[in-house]
Amino acid sequence: MDRNSNAYTFIFAIILVAVVASALAFAATNLQPAQAENVKQEKMQNILATVGIETTRDSAEALFNKYIVEQVALNDQGKERTDVDAFTVDLKKELKKPVEEQAYPLYVADVEGSQYYIVPLRGKGLWDAIWGYVALKDDVNTIKGAVFDHKGETPGLGAEITQGWFKKRFDDEKIMDESGNFIGVSVAKGYQGGDNKDDNAVDAIAGATITGDGVTDMISERLQRYLPYFKEKTNVKVAMQ
Amino acid sequence: MAQNKESKKQGLILFLSDTEEREGLLGKKNRKLLSDPLTDNNPITVQVLGICSALAITVQLKPAIVMSIAVMAVMAFSNMIISALRNLIPSRIRIIVQLVVVAALVILVDQVLRAYAYDVSKELSVFVGLIITNCIVMGRLEAFALGNGVYKSFLDGIGNAAGYAFILILVAFFRELLGAGKLLGFEVIPESFYEFGYENNGLMLLSPMALITVGIIIWVQRSRNRTLIEQN
Repeated sequence: MDRNSNAYTFIFAIILVAVVASALAFAATNLQPAQAENVKQEKMQNILATVGIETTRDSAEALFNKYIVEQVALNDQGKERTDVDAFTVDLKKELKKPVEEQAYPLYVADVEGSQYYIVPLRGKGLWDAIWGYVALKDDVNTIKGAVFDHKGETPGLGAEITQGWFKKRFDDEKIMDESGNFIGVSVAKGYQGGDNKDDNAVDAIAGATITGDGVTDMISERLQRYLPYFKEKTNVKVAMQ
Repeated sequence: MAQNKESKKQGLILFLSDTEEREGLLGKKNRKLLSDPLTDNNPITVQVLGICSALAITVQLKPAIVMSIAVMAVMAFSNMIISALRNLIPSRIRIIVQLVVVAALVILVDQVLRAYAYDVSKELSVFVGLIITNCIVMGRLEAFALGNGVYKSFLDGIGNAAGYAFILILVAFFRELLGAGKLLGFEVIPESFYEFGYENNGLMLLSPMALITVGIIIWVQRSRNRTLIEQN
């Protein structure tokens, strides 16, 4: 057959694409379980990191089972939902559903007698999705720790939200003002507050304004969904005292 | 008619030339395929290809080594596949065919890394994808694999990837050592140095210093081998 004819070119292209596609499909299917396991362990590591427990990937599962005492999924009214498994909730898919159908996962950690509530976050950065976890102390006002991750933020600028020094700025920040109204934590450009923990704001990263705003929005948007549940929790506590 | 026959015969000789040559698996010519790209024909310092990834992933040794292995795998196999198909590929779509083969191999490497070296794959995610556009890969396919036998192409791929890897690892070595005082994540500069006032040079961790390091390597290489210096 003439190698320069159209028919030959088409047949060659079709065969090539079919072979390549099946090879890739085969590889992707076979590697999927190992990849899913990695993602799961990373999620556990991130959740544990918010309460100050650093782990290796291998020990993540054991420590997760040790410290995370409760995993619940809430509905938009702050009531527990029994029909979904909190750990497997995919926030990306969840947030596309109507509000009444969304499930909000919440992890409760118990570290040496102190209880923490860990809330998964998800929002938009400059280029793509950003996500993370934030842990609240049992007054449901003070942040114990936070981790952030991103898909495609600019290395050196927006991508710096994953760095330790940026995450540290959130430690001990308050999410409510003095009279108990929910405010969240804003990532403020030109922040003058230094180490001040009572102003609901942290210093932004120079050159990453939009990613920083994304973090601000993500924290306030996600946390306020849990307010009904937290109110109930604090009421219980007040009543007990 | 006679002329036509003659040219056909020549074509046949050209086609067979690399299979006809009888020489050992690592004969002189084959050894040259491996060693040339390491020194006098280095893809980074002499041909100045693949610079972008060399700047981006040389902050630490580990990602540089993983990237080197990934590029080596992609280059060896893509060179072999294209060389094996070289008499079947319609010349009008040869660039697309090369891209499909390289892209498929890169996706495979990315999937394998994600399954078995997850942390590194996260660090390298963007750059592994960019192997597709690494000038060295396409350059070797176009310049070598389309005209040479499978085994030679394999050696050429390994050789060029090794030349790339050599520079990458060298740059990463200096950047991690001087920038963070570590090698492969282990502290190597003794504590007593810091007590005497030694400080890590944070500038080494920024991309511009990779360019300068590559520049110094090029300078050293050309001052040792003056034939590499371009004449105006």
